[in-house]
Amino acid sequence: MTAPGAIDVSPEKKSTDTFDPGATWRLHPQVALRPEPFGALLYHFGTRKLSFLKNTVIVDVVRSLGDHESVRAALRAHGVDETAERPYLHALRTLADSHMIVPA
Amino acid sequence: MTSLLEPPAAPAAPPRVGRLVDQFEKGLDAPICLTWELTYACNLSCVHCLSSSGKRDPRELTTEQCKSIIDELQRMQVFYVNIGGGEPTVRSDFWELVDYATEHQVGVKFSTNGVRIDEKVAARLAASDYVDVQISLDGATAEVNDAVRGPGSFAMAVRALENLSEAGFRDAKISVVVTRQNVDQLDEFKALADRYGATLRITRLRPSGRAVDVWDDLHPTHEQQRQLYEWLVAHGEGVLTGDSFFHLSAFGGSDGAGALPGLNLCGAGRVVCLIDPVGDVYACPFAIHDNFLAGSIVTDGGFASVWKNSELFRELREPQSAGACSSCSFFDSCRGGCMAAKFFTGLPMDGPDPECVQGHGQSALEADRTVPQSSVDHSRTGKRAERRTPAAPVPLTLLTKPPAKFCDENPLAGF
Repeated sequence: MTAPGAIDVSPEKKSTDTFDPGATWRLHPQVALRPEPFGALLYHFGTRKLSFLKNTVIVDVVRSLGDHESVRAALRAHGVDETAERPYLHALRTLADSHMIVPA
Repeated sequence: MTSLLEPPAAPAAPPRVGRLVDQFEKGLDAPICLTWELTYACNLSCVHCLSSSGKRDPRELTTEQCKSIIDELQRMQVFYVNIGGGEPTVRSDFWELVDYATEHQVGVKFSTNGVRIDEKVAARLAASDYVDVQISLDGATAEVNDAVRGPGSFAMAVRALENLSEAGFRDAKISVVVTRQNVDQLDEFKALADRYGATLRITRLRPSGRAVDVWDDLHPTHEQQRQLYEWLVAHGEGVLTGDSFFHLSAFGGSDGAGALPGLNLCGAGRVVCLIDPVGDVYACPFAIHDNFLAGSIVTDGGFASVWKNSELFRELREPQSAGACSSCSFFDSCRGGCMAAKFFTGLPMDGPDPECVQGHGQSALEADRTVPQSSVDHSRTGKRAERRTPAAPVPLTLLTKPPAKFCDENPLAGF
């Protein structure tokens, strides 16, 4: 529980300018991750938004974001090299837009 | 909803798991969310109540039983529950259970007619991040609303909205069941929601519960369904539907281009279900009937056990045949419609939805049919007992067709 009415919902999409793959990110403290055979479900208790991660690599990346000095370092640690990183960065940017992940 | 990493990149891509919908059709180890009717007791007696509520059931779960269900939901990582009834706030332990759930990482969205949402309660709700409130309203004017929900119910709901708004509660939901009588008021509902900083949520009238008796007169006509579809296409942004109008997607053509946003999948017993006030588990909120009863939390070893082992749920997670709809070119758009809507209008489960926009439902409705008798009725008036349709055997060929669509409690509602 936080301050009255402090529901972190913004009806309009937040700008994507703030997503920097060179920085450290982590799961929002109000986000729960539920592993599934196809990947994982993410649920944000503050915004009440649900997201799906559709493969297990992105799940491992998301879970370990906070342990790496940058998003790119987290990707490399899970075998995603530069040539393959685009869809992952896109997915992570989407998660950042919906506040599922936040700067650490 | 956001579905991330749909097509993994070519070379370094991890193994594909296929479409999410296909995964969901096979069922998950735990529901994404579920509906939990806390009590059959209600101060109102809406003519279309899907749970035929009114009188409290003496077997109603105790506070301790409810808490142990919440413990199970937490272990299963069920993110949130849609609490309803009856009128859930009339339970004396309602707030205790809401607090218990949110303290155990189970978010709460509850539906109410507003009877207990006074200034004090509104302030309390505004102070919580984890509780979402949905006020039921079935007319944008007292005249239209009260004809269905009872005298004074419009004023009560609006007072609740005012209290929430004044307390600073943001983004309450106004929950409207679309009927023949209120379909022309969609713009007014939207304006009402805007006035109170709320979000409009419109859902489909199901012929479940007491609505089995009034559906013929209340459900939107074919022309109104098209009107509704067009309104959703024009104004759908920012309006929640619980994915409940997937059957209208066929208005958009057989290529699926005009489909309404949503998952287009019946989640019954696969990713959603219903827990009733006595601990019985049903496939979906619109299917409180013995034919859709999966088991009892009280006598079948708890919720997780019912979810995993119920014979009914196992059947629902098997591939389903499209039956009479399989040759229809629009099948991919509507996938046969809603299981509950067919069942409670006495239509075959492997045929068209009663509101099939191609008109196949209309001819089925005109043929001989027997509406199933309610097997769970808590109406105070005993009205269901005097229903005009004589008691009849229920069709027992359950699930020979594809379960319809996602229902009101689609976990993706609003995404």
